[in-house]
Amino acid sequence: MRASSAPPALRRWFTAVGPVDRVGVEERVAKFTTRSIKKAAKVQGLKLAVSMVDLTTLEGKDTPGKVASLCRKALRPHDDPAVPPTAAVCLYPALVRAARRALGDRSPVRIASVATAFPSGQTALATRLAEVRRAVADGADEIDMVINRGAFLAGELGRVRDEIAAVVATCGPAALKVILEVGELETYDHIRAASCLALTELRPGDFIKTSTGKTGTNATLANTQVMLEAIRDHYLDTGIAIGMKPAGGIRTAKQALHFLVAVKETLGDAWLTPARYRFGASALLNDLVRQLEKERTGAYQAPYAFSEAAESY
Amino acid sequence: MAKSAPARRPRRPAPELQFGDLWPYDPAPETADPRIRPAYGLFIGGRFVEAESGERFDSINPANERKLTELARGGPVDVDAACRAAAAAFPRWSRLPGAERGKYLFRLARLLQDRAREFAVAETMDNGKPIRETRDFDVPSAAAHFFYHAGWADKLAYLAPGRTVAPLGVVGQVIPWNFPLLMLAWKIAPALAAGNCVVLKPASLTPLTAVKLAELLQEAELPPGVVNIVTGPGATGAHLLAHPLVRKVAFTGSTEVGKVILRSVAGAGKRLTMELGGKAANIVFADAPLDQAVEGIVNGIFFNQGQVCCAGSRLLVQESVAERVVAQLRRRLQVLRVGDPLDKNTDLGAIVSREQRDVIRGYLRAGVAEGAELWQAPFRAPARGFYVAPAVFTGVTQSHRIAREEIFGPVLSVLTFRTVEEAVEKANNTPYGLSAGVWTDKGSLILRLATELRAGVVWANTFNKFDPTSPFGGYKESGFGREGGRHGLLDYCAVT
Repeated sequence: MRASSAPPALRRWFTAVGPVDRVGVEERVAKFTTRSIKKAAKVQGLKLAVSMVDLTTLEGKDTPGKVASLCRKALRPHDDPAVPPTAAVCLYPALVRAARRALGDRSPVRIASVATAFPSGQTALATRLAEVRRAVADGADEIDMVINRGAFLAGELGRVRDEIAAVVATCGPAALKVILEVGELETYDHIRAASCLALTELRPGDFIKTSTGKTGTNATLANTQVMLEAIRDHYLDTGIAIGMKPAGGIRTAKQALHFLVAVKETLGDAWLTPARYRFGASALLNDLVRQLEKERTGAYQAPYAFSEAAESY
Repeated sequence: MAKSAPARRPRRPAPELQFGDLWPYDPAPETADPRIRPAYGLFIGGRFVEAESGERFDSINPANERKLTELARGGPVDVDAACRAAAAAFPRWSRLPGAERGKYLFRLARLLQDRAREFAVAETMDNGKPIRETRDFDVPSAAAHFFYHAGWADKLAYLAPGRTVAPLGVVGQVIPWNFPLLMLAWKIAPALAAGNCVVLKPASLTPLTAVKLAELLQEAELPPGVVNIVTGPGATGAHLLAHPLVRKVAFTGSTEVGKVILRSVAGAGKRLTMELGGKAANIVFADAPLDQAVEGIVNGIFFNQGQVCCAGSRLLVQESVAERVVAQLRRRLQVLRVGDPLDKNTDLGAIVSREQRDVIRGYLRAGVAEGAELWQAPFRAPARGFYVAPAVFTGVTQSHRIAREEIFGPVLSVLTFRTVEEAVEKANNTPYGLSAGVWTDKGSLILRLATELRAGVVWANTFNKFDPTSPFGGYKESGFGREGGRHGLLDYCAVT
């Protein structure tokens, strides 16, 4: 897609990656929601979704104690040992050490840290890179960065791309997730263009991610679909497989299954793995477990039957 | 992408996606009871009666070849009785205040919505189309047509401003098997709103929802004789349309049969509406939103197994993106689910009959014999029932039969073009002119093609979109007259 190493001009880039029709993409994803996932397919889908959760807490009032508790929940989402651990916990850089202490060095649950002045990204690049470096040094396995939306909307695509490249270089062994913040990009054309731009800089094992969860619009089936199609085009062009992480707004098991249907029917089997697909979520995990328990026992359990349930009474 | 290209080893196979069985969907059958009686009579004068001959015929489920029910085989005598019943009901019905006629139509619309699942299952079992379509399209659209025309019934004075409209009398209607219930609604709703009485013959392959609707007519207490339904073979339809009491003929079906009907009623002074075949071009320009275009292509030709008169059966794609579009289309077809029509996850169900399945197979052979390249999605056919896997022909030229003749099946012919003029020329080079699709990000090109394409409907960046408010009908051998909207209603009125 990139013609030369020169910073792509906005207009030229849009022509290269092609447009997205809003009505068409929303019709396509509406069909995913009519898929009926029952019985064994449901149990398998729910467990898969659990294993893909980046169990998230991103609040100013987070404490090391809360993080330790979250890590236990990630390792053992429910009493039933058949429920797998989640893929990762996702937190602010200041809490990475606490998470590492709680999880130890050989944990199946990875530590993802937001960085680069999350969620706005409004500081100097050097500051953002320093934050990434520190989070990795503290034990983060994965870094969730935000792109420079101001630069993107101003048409400075070269700058957006170079900043992503700089974060990739700074990450070292840590996997990178590039947050587009779709709510601030607003159009599907922008989301596609930004996805394709980020993809050119990423390594196998990295991800693109919809949103921070801190703006009005988060992951929807439609904006996730636009990103999945960008990932597909990039893979078919280059053979480089990049992962996808919708984040924010996915609260129910049913929603999660619809998102997985989209993956199955757009990218195929090779993306139905936590190595290539994640859910950025918190409340989702307990709903997945609740549905698994319902499949196992035939009855819905009270909210207090599940640990870390915010809606417990 | 330039950056990573050198890293790729030359002999490595191109990356491809795998759509396998890592996470298979379990069967999810729709279980609502279709409430099918073991036998149905003709619906004449508000009652179910046996055919004069006493004969019956079977309706089978094309998905498993099992018998669903028996129907009376109406003949000329029955048609005559139905037309007389309609003529007898006409004076009172046509003089009812419009608002009163509207009440009956509203009632029908609501009854149909109340029993939507039951009708959807019945339609799926009779026709073979997937429950996803009958549930989300056929039944809701049929109800929408009754609602829309119910609203018109007391507003006919505004239909043709400055002029007077009056009903025509008895209307003879013959409908096809591809959208049995929806075509019935398209026909009956405007006829009744305008104050006409109806004799309708459903297709012999798919009469079930029509006779089930007759039960709704009873439940709605529609005055006897206002709507009569005569089931039977094609010849019965010919008797109906030629009947002297019939003042208007409304036919939807093949161009071949349409021509026969036109000859038979010539000079009889009947009003005519013909909605016939099609061979629609779906034109994709290089600047189009390609993923949505591929979705539109799939919706255009594989909706209802391609058994749609306005199906986008010819894909005209600009040569610079042709390879990419075809590759993407094949990938998309791998996740299109063909199988049991009653499964909620089925996208493509059964073909309506063995005969139609064989016609489609004949065209597949003809396409290959004429040198086009056939690709079919991988598919395990069930042991019984009439199925055809989605088929895409590439390397098709304008003179291939598969590019000229209406196949009425899930078969897409792909042609390429270089310039806008060439696209228009190829699109219009057909005896038909029912519909067309244009895919481009450029608004001015859409407006230009909407003018230049000789088709009754031109869809822009979408396909197979229908609405009761929007007139539908063809150019050339695709027929004349319109259905839906003001134009469709006017075709059921005498305007003075």
